[in-house]
Amino acid sequence: MTIAPVGTALRHPGRARSANAGPLLFAALPLAFLFVLFLFPVFRLMLLSVEGGTLEFYEKALTDGLYVKVLLGTLEIGVYVSAACLVLGYPVAHFLATAPRRWAVVGFIFLLLPFWTSLLVRTYAWMVLLGRNGVINRLLLEAGLVTEPLPLLYNMAGVLIGMVHVLLPFMVFPIYSIMHRVDAGLLLAAEGLGASGWQIFRRVYLPLTLPGVLAGTTLVFILSIGFYITPALLGGGRVLMIAVLIEKQVREFLDWGFAAALSMVLLAAALIVYAAFRRLMRSDLQWS
Amino acid sequence: MVVLGERGGEGGRQEADLALRGIVRRFGPVVALAGVDLSVRPGELLTILGPSGSGKTTLLKIIAGFELPDEGVVDLKGEDITFAPPARRGIGMVFQNYALFPHMTVAQNIAFPLEMRRVPRGEIGRKVASALQLVDLAGLEARLPRELSGGQQQRVALARSVVFDPGLLLLDEPFGALDRKLREQMQLEVKRLQRRLGLTALFVTHDQEEALVLSDRIAVMSEGRIEQLGTPQEIYAHPVNWFVADFIGESNLFRGRLVGSEPGAAFALLDGGVRMAVPASSRYPAGSEVGLLVRPERPRLLTEGRNADNVFSGRVTEVVYVGESVKYRLRIGEQMELLVRWPFRELGATPAVGDSVTVGWSVTDMHLVAWP
Repeated sequence: MTIAPVGTALRHPGRARSANAGPLLFAALPLAFLFVLFLFPVFRLMLLSVEGGTLEFYEKALTDGLYVKVLLGTLEIGVYVSAACLVLGYPVAHFLATAPRRWAVVGFIFLLLPFWTSLLVRTYAWMVLLGRNGVINRLLLEAGLVTEPLPLLYNMAGVLIGMVHVLLPFMVFPIYSIMHRVDAGLLLAAEGLGASGWQIFRRVYLPLTLPGVLAGTTLVFILSIGFYITPALLGGGRVLMIAVLIEKQVREFLDWGFAAALSMVLLAAALIVYAAFRRLMRSDLQWS
Repeated sequence: MVVLGERGGEGGRQEADLALRGIVRRFGPVVALAGVDLSVRPGELLTILGPSGSGKTTLLKIIAGFELPDEGVVDLKGEDITFAPPARRGIGMVFQNYALFPHMTVAQNIAFPLEMRRVPRGEIGRKVASALQLVDLAGLEARLPRELSGGQQQRVALARSVVFDPGLLLLDEPFGALDRKLREQMQLEVKRLQRRLGLTALFVTHDQEEALVLSDRIAVMSEGRIEQLGTPQEIYAHPVNWFVADFIGESNLFRGRLVGSEPGAAFALLDGGVRMAVPASSRYPAGSEVGLLVRPERPRLLTEGRNADNVFSGRVTEVVYVGESVKYRLRIGEQMELLVRWPFRELGATPAVGDSVTVGWSVTDMHLVAWP
């Protein structure tokens, strides 16, 4: 006969199990959902991209001049969109975090309004606004600010305007959530210690809100390099982003293997950017 | 009244480092400050003591420049700074929650005010090192605030507020977050540091015990005014009114009407017909309503045959041991309750709840204040 260790002998058998299993059981359904709808297709794509046991699709994606150019162009657009969202979003987030409640609510409504309409509708709305005879050009002409319509649609400008508009909330919210928690006493302390407005911003407020900036920039960049509808419609086929190319491979050339390889390259780019920002965050923000 | 200028005598040296004159601040219909006058002498630690809502925090903000007065003048070292921006005032401040910059190390925090003043690099290094030494934190310069204990954070905040030789040091309830033992230690350290650096300091608190321990002088505030300004001893022994008597220390306050004095002594008639001998006073004529203050340590336990100006017998209703002394609550007659506090050592047999005791005190143990 063996003697059981005291600890296990006295423990209620069902207790530990139920305590640990609770959250897992709770999450089981959504996790299964995620697995089936996301991980499984990604895994299938991965298999497709190396069909026949060769890496020829990847070779083509990473050496063929056209595809490399589109890939780099996509990353470039991602950088522009992230930068523009940051420049526009930071002050907006600051307004929302510091304005009187009533004004902040109005700001939030404006920011969230676009989410209540479909992306497609919003993109078509931009076509109405940006076209040669669109609202903006007509206003500019009537005001005498320009002599002929500005090329705003079916080019890079149009794509950027549309994408920044769609992605701005994704920059504002992470920054806002951090700004909201910044202790206003720290800014007073800095002022009392002799700091000018600019110094307070540079030395205290900006570093304290940097986690939000990094989170927002990561989110916007990763979302932007996978954009499809907006560049497809507002770019008028002249601005090629990788998602547009992938769609072409599938729909026009029925080249599933190559489309899968391009998708994997896109996924890899997103993961690399994510990892880089995580690293930056960890080295610089160990205080938070 | 305290005579000003005991330090000011030395060849035209100013009498006050900080002078507030007629400070008024209103928030809508609420009057937060109703005309405050106050002078803080060089090298003095003056405490503004008051309950929450008394206006002490608003006053501090006005001195620091985070708030502007509706009326009145703030002078620092003879210069009008009423409307000067906070950054230009050269005032060191220790905040209630320390307000250390979480993303900067201890050394960077302390260097901050020096960098804002464009002090040369080498000098910053020297000053930071000596400030760290001063608050006993040498060796922790590379730590982040969150890696420090509450007491250590407090010291960093203190070092940061004195490193640039401020003209005035403001302390806004800085000990509130510390446990009792650490709080008492830090109080003494702050006092020592302030003395050593010869800093003029203004300290704000709602804790009367803390105020008595730390201060050279105390200004007791209530409802936007200074009720009394004086040394801790003056304020404790001779409160000017009911509010101060009640707010500072523990007290027995009775309401009574002065009756015609017999030669050498005066009497007051309390509710319920109790007669109490009181010190003769020219301030309060016979017939006036006054507050009679007896501090709990004043009444003596009377043994058989001993006498006093006022003798009362009562029953013990509560006994509380507070370390070196014992507090008793006595019920005397129908109306009166008396709080007494006796050193443990001097008590022979300790009375218990339900025991009958006789206590007495002399008229010199009493102090009269105006009834509000």
